[in-house]
Amino acid sequence: MAMAGEKGRGRYLVLAVPYLWLVALFLAPFLIVFKISLSQDAIAQPPYTPLLDLSDGWAGFTDYLSQLSFDNYAYVLDFSNEFIQAYGSSLIIASISTVLLLLVGYPIAYGMARAPRSMQPTLLMLVILPFWTSFLIRVYAWIGILSPEGLLNQGLMALGIINEPLELLNTDIAVYIGIVYSYLPFMVLPLYSALEKLDLTLLEAAADLGCPPTKAFWTITFPLSLPGVAAGALLCFIPAVGEFVIPDLLGGSNTLMIGKSLWTEFTVNRSWTVSSAVAVLLLLVLVVPIVIYQNVQQRELEAGK
Amino acid sequence: MAAEKPRNQTIGAVRRTFQPWADPDKKPLIRFENVVKRFGDFTAVDNVSLDIYEREFFALLGPSGCGKTTLMRMLAGFEEPTEGRLTLAGEDISGIPPYRRPVNMMFQSYALFPHMNVLDNIAFGLKQDKMPKADIAARVEEMLKLTKLEKFAKRKPHQLSGGQRQRVALARSLAKRPKVLLLDEPLGALDKKLREETQFELMDLQMDLGMTFLIVTHDQEEAMTVADRIAVMNHGVLMQVAPPAVIYEQPATRYVADFIGEVNLVEGKVISASGDETRLSSPITPHPLRVSQSLGLKPGEEACIAIRPEKLRISLDEPADTSENCFRGEIWDIGYLGDLSIYHVELECGQRIKVSQPNLSRVVQRPITWDDKVWVTFAPHAGVMLTR
Ligand SMILES: Nc1ncnc2c1ncn2[C@@H]1O[C@H](COP(=O)(O)OP(=O)(O)O)[C@@H](O)[C@H]1O
Ligand SMILES: [Mg+2]
Repeated sequence: MAMAGEKGRGRYLVLAVPYLWLVALFLAPFLIVFKISLSQDAIAQPPYTPLLDLSDGWAGFTDYLSQLSFDNYAYVLDFSNEFIQAYGSSLIIASISTVLLLLVGYPIAYGMARAPRSMQPTLLMLVILPFWTSFLIRVYAWIGILSPEGLLNQGLMALGIINEPLELLNTDIAVYIGIVYSYLPFMVLPLYSALEKLDLTLLEAAADLGCPPTKAFWTITFPLSLPGVAAGALLCFIPAVGEFVIPDLLGGSNTLMIGKSLWTEFTVNRSWTVSSAVAVLLLLVLVVPIVIYQNVQQRELEAGK
Repeated sequence: MAAEKPRNQTIGAVRRTFQPWADPDKKPLIRFENVVKRFGDFTAVDNVSLDIYEREFFALLGPSGCGKTTLMRMLAGFEEPTEGRLTLAGEDISGIPPYRRPVNMMFQSYALFPHMNVLDNIAFGLKQDKMPKADIAARVEEMLKLTKLEKFAKRKPHQLSGGQRQRVALARSLAKRPKVLLLDEPLGALDKKLREETQFELMDLQMDLGMTFLIVTHDQEEAMTVADRIAVMNHGVLMQVAPPAVIYEQPATRYVADFIGEVNLVEGKVISASGDETRLSSPITPHPLRVSQSLGLKPGEEACIAIRPEKLRISLDEPADTSENCFRGEIWDIGYLGDLSIYHVELECGQRIKVSQPNLSRVVQRPITWDDKVWVTFAPHAGVMLTR
C-alpha cells in the first residue's frame, strides 16, 4: 500500500542519519588511517608513499595496491620496539582504573539513587559539574595537589601523618588518581540510571522472604544493576586504554601507555605510517572484546527465552 | 481448574462451625491494639484494634487509600506503628525486622525477581532458611504442582502471563509455610473469570495448608466470597468487623451499608418504639414505616432504615395493606442485567429508590416498564435501622 511504502521510506530516512554520520565520521577516517598504515614513510608532503594517482586509470590503481604492505604492522608487533609492552600496560592500567572506578562510583551512584527524590537532580548536577571546567585544567590542578610541595603532602605533613613528602606525582598512582577522577561521571551516570530504575518492592520482597539487607544487595540489587556496571565499565575502559593527557601530565617517564607511544611516534619520530598502524591495532584490541561481550550477551538473552 | 480436584469434604463442615472470634477463651494469633500510623501529620491508620485468629481467612475491605496496605505492611514489618502495639502469637513484634518475622506477603505488584526463573523465585525464601538442597527441591516441586506451574519452572517472569505471574508470587509466598500469609490485592490484575476461579482456589489452599490468610481488597464481592470475617475500613478507621453475611444483612453504619452492595437509605424519625419494633415516619412517603428492631430509641429521635434492593417488592397493583411500609412512585429507569432487573423508582417527593427483581420467567404477561406507576413494599424484617 502507498501508506506502508511511505512509512517504510520514512523509517529508512531516519535510519540513514546515524548511518551517514558513522560513515562520514568513523568509517571514512578509519579507512584513511588504515590506508596510511599500509604505506611507507617518505620525506614529502604528505610524508608517506605511495599516493593514489588515478590519472593512469585502472593501471594506476593496481600499481598503487601493489606498493602497499604490512611492514608497519610487523614493526609495531616487534617485541623490541616496545609497542606490545605499551599495549599491555595500557590494558592493565585501564583495567585497574575501571575496577577502581567501579569501587568508587558504585557507592556514589547507590547513594544518589537512594537519596530523597527531590535531591536527586541536585546530586546529578554535582556529578556533571566538573565538565564546566576544561579537562586539561582539571588535570593540571592535580599536579598542584600531588607534587612534593603540593596541597596533599603539605596537609598530611601539617597533620603529622607523614614526615617526608610522598612521591605521588609522576608515578602510576598519580595516573590512577587522574583517570579515576576524570572518568568518574562516566561510571556514575550509567550506574545511577540502572540503580534508580530498581523497583524497591523487590528488596521488600527479599526481606519478607527472610533475606537480610546486605545479602539482598548481593542477590537482588547488584545483579539487577549489571547492565549499568557493563555500560559504565565500557565507557571508562575504552577511552582509558587510549588515554594520553593523564599519563603525559601525571605519569612518570616509565609510565608506558599506548596513547603516549602513539603521540611520540607521530610528533617526535614524525612517522605517520607507524602511528597509523598503532591506531588501527588499538582499535582492534578494543573492538574485539566488545564484539565478544555483545555476542555472549545476545546468546544469554536468547537462552533465557 | 478447581473443579477437577475433588473438593475437600470437610470444608463445608469446618466453615460452618469455624467461629473462633465468638469464643472468649480463644487467644488471637494477630492482635492490633490501638494501632495508629501517621505519615507526617497525615493519619493513615487511626486507632485500630483488631484480633485475627489462627486459620482464619480475614479480609480487609475498603476504598483505595483507606490504609489497608499500611495496616498490612505494619504486620510484615515494613512500617512501624506510630502508637499502639502489635502482637503475633502473644509476642510483641515491634522492632523485629521483616526478615525475621514468621509472616510472608504476596505483593500487590507481585515483586517477582526479574533475573531469576520461576524455580529460583519460589526457592528464594527457602534458601534463606538454609534448608537442605533436597528439601528445597521437594518443596519447590510441591509448590509448582500446587499452582500448576510445572511447565514454566525454567521461565523468567517476563516470559509469563499475568495469571501465571500471580501464581508464581503466590507459590513464592506460600513456600515457607508462614504462620500468616498476607495478600495485598492478590487478584487485582486478573480478569473477572480467572479471578473468580482463583478465589476458590485460594480458599481451598488456605483450608488444606491450615494457614491464616489476611487478604486486602477493594472488591467487596471478593471479600464476601473468600473471607470468614471482613473488616470494613474507611479513612484509616475500622467501621465494622464481622462475617460477610452479618456485614451485608446487619451493617453497623450507613457507611458500611452503602459500601457493601446496593442499598436504599431511608431517613426518618421515630414515632414509637415498643418491645422489638420501631415505627418511624419519613419525609419520602406518607405511609409510616415499621421495622422489627428496637435500638431503645425514643420518639422524635432520628434514624435511618437501610433496605437492600432485592428485599423490596414492586408491583403495578395497589397492595392489600397500605397502612405501612410502602412507597408510591413512577419507573424512572430500568437496568436489565439478565438474571436481574433493577428498577429505579422515582417517589413523589423526587427521591429515587432501587428495587431489584429476579427475572423468573422468560415471558412476562405485563412487564413493568418506563413511566409505569408502581407500588413498592417491604416486610418489617427486611430493613435495618441505623443510627450512625
Ligand atoms: N510512605 C508513605 N508516606 C506518606 N504517605 C503514605 C505512605 N504510605 C501510604 N501513605 C498514605 O496513606 C494512605 C493509605 O495508603 P494505603 O495503606 O496504601 O491505602 P490502600 O492500600 O488502602 O489503598 C494513602 O493516603 C497514602 O497516600
Ligand atoms: Mg493498597
